[in-house]
Amino acid sequence: MSFVTRGFSGRRREADPRLPPGQTLVQDWPVLSAGPTPRVDTADWEFTIRDETGADHRWSWDELLALGVEDVTVDIHCVTHWSKLDMAWRGVSLDKVFENVESEHEYVMAHSYGGYTTNVPLEDLLDGKAWIATEAEGEPLDPEHGGPARLLVPHLYFWKSAKWLRGLTMMPDNDPGFWEQYGYHLYGDPWKEERYW
Amino acid sequence: MSAQPADVASPPRPRVSWHTGTVVETRRETPSAVRITLDVPTWPESPAGAHLDVRLTAPDGYQASRSYSVASAAPGGQVVLAVDEIPDGEVSPFLVHDLRPGDQVELHGPLGAFFVWRPGRTTRPVQLVAGGSGVVPLYAMAAAHGAAADTVPFRLLYSARTPADVFFADELATLAGPTLGLDLVYTRAAPDGWPDPVGRLTRESLAARTVPAEQHPHVYVCGSTGFVETVARWLQDLGHAAADIHTERFGGL
Repeated sequence: MSFVTRGFSGRRREADPRLPPGQTLVQDWPVLSAGPTPRVDTADWEFTIRDETGADHRWSWDELLALGVEDVTVDIHCVTHWSKLDMAWRGVSLDKVFENVESEHEYVMAHSYGGYTTNVPLEDLLDGKAWIATEAEGEPLDPEHGGPARLLVPHLYFWKSAKWLRGLTMMPDNDPGFWEQYGYHLYGDPWKEERYW
Repeated sequence: MSAQPADVASPPRPRVSWHTGTVVETRRETPSAVRITLDVPTWPESPAGAHLDVRLTAPDGYQASRSYSVASAAPGGQVVLAVDEIPDGEVSPFLVHDLRPGDQVELHGPLGAFFVWRPGRTTRPVQLVAGGSGVVPLYAMAAAHGAAADTVPFRLLYSARTPADVFFADELATLAGPTLGLDLVYTRAAPDGWPDPVGRLTRESLAARTVPAEQHPHVYVCGSTGFVETVARWLQDLGHAAADIHTERFGGL
């Protein structure tokens, strides 16, 4: 139903094909979160995957990093219309994390320190598509940006990249997480503008 | 594995859809902001604190979308926004300087079912903390509280640069009274005879001008990222539970 708004020409013309519809390039890195920023020391940090048997697979900070960190350069797209291109991240591939986790379940609920949750299909976390990120742009992740560790799932809107990650729970169904219960899309593909439902 | 706020189980959600808004009036709100009244016949009921996306399309098809908090809205009627200009921005300078009555814009919303307040849902007091134009969704909550004649105690702490920078100054002055405490903090210049020192909010000033943690208020904080980060941390220092502190930030676009 789009129509032209009189007098609007727009100042920026991002012709970059890496920019999904409805997104604007930013150079800074905006912060959005629903409540106060949790502050978690890496000495106390722990990451857990809970499978359908109720068994917990746990990693301390050092154990996680010992799985092997890798550097990736990816674009990120926030549902609030900003995107950053070519961001340098460092983290542990979820392929490595899931190497010794057996599960028949196809969905994952990511849990954060502070209570935030978000749902993601397991296949969107595997095959080199997602990481547990510990650094961005050459610096340890700030608490405001989800440090010490956040999920990084760059092919989905960035609310799926849960800040202050503390664990993943395997789920048989695609139950909605925190923002999803408040109307954000269950999947969140930026190229299809799956913002709300 | 981690605690969820008790009210998350089945949050009510407004119906999100596209609307055409026709500008009825624009007027200066502050030296850098404009108040825009739009006629939106299809607008549904939306909770106080909700926001919407404004999408503008240029003749060549180029589009830009930005999110703005709703200051007030009536179903099937008028939607009021207050937009502060970001000097190097793309959309806000157009809205502040170029928008005229009769112009039409696309609206997508209402959005946001978390940073909202609805009358009658809780008997706990409400503390609002605003920095600059972050007051807009909090003004919406205070106005909804007043319109509903809700008796839950409300208190708004509003940090503004100068008296001229206060959004909805007349409306807030009218709302202030037995069920809405209004505390203004001026960071650059205060009215003549203002009793308090001019300067940035401090933890002590915050403690003196907000509902104490022992009364378990729902707290809503909106402003720039720096303001929200600082205030939310101080609120936790003062004993407020993280789950009681709702935050929303602006900036970046």
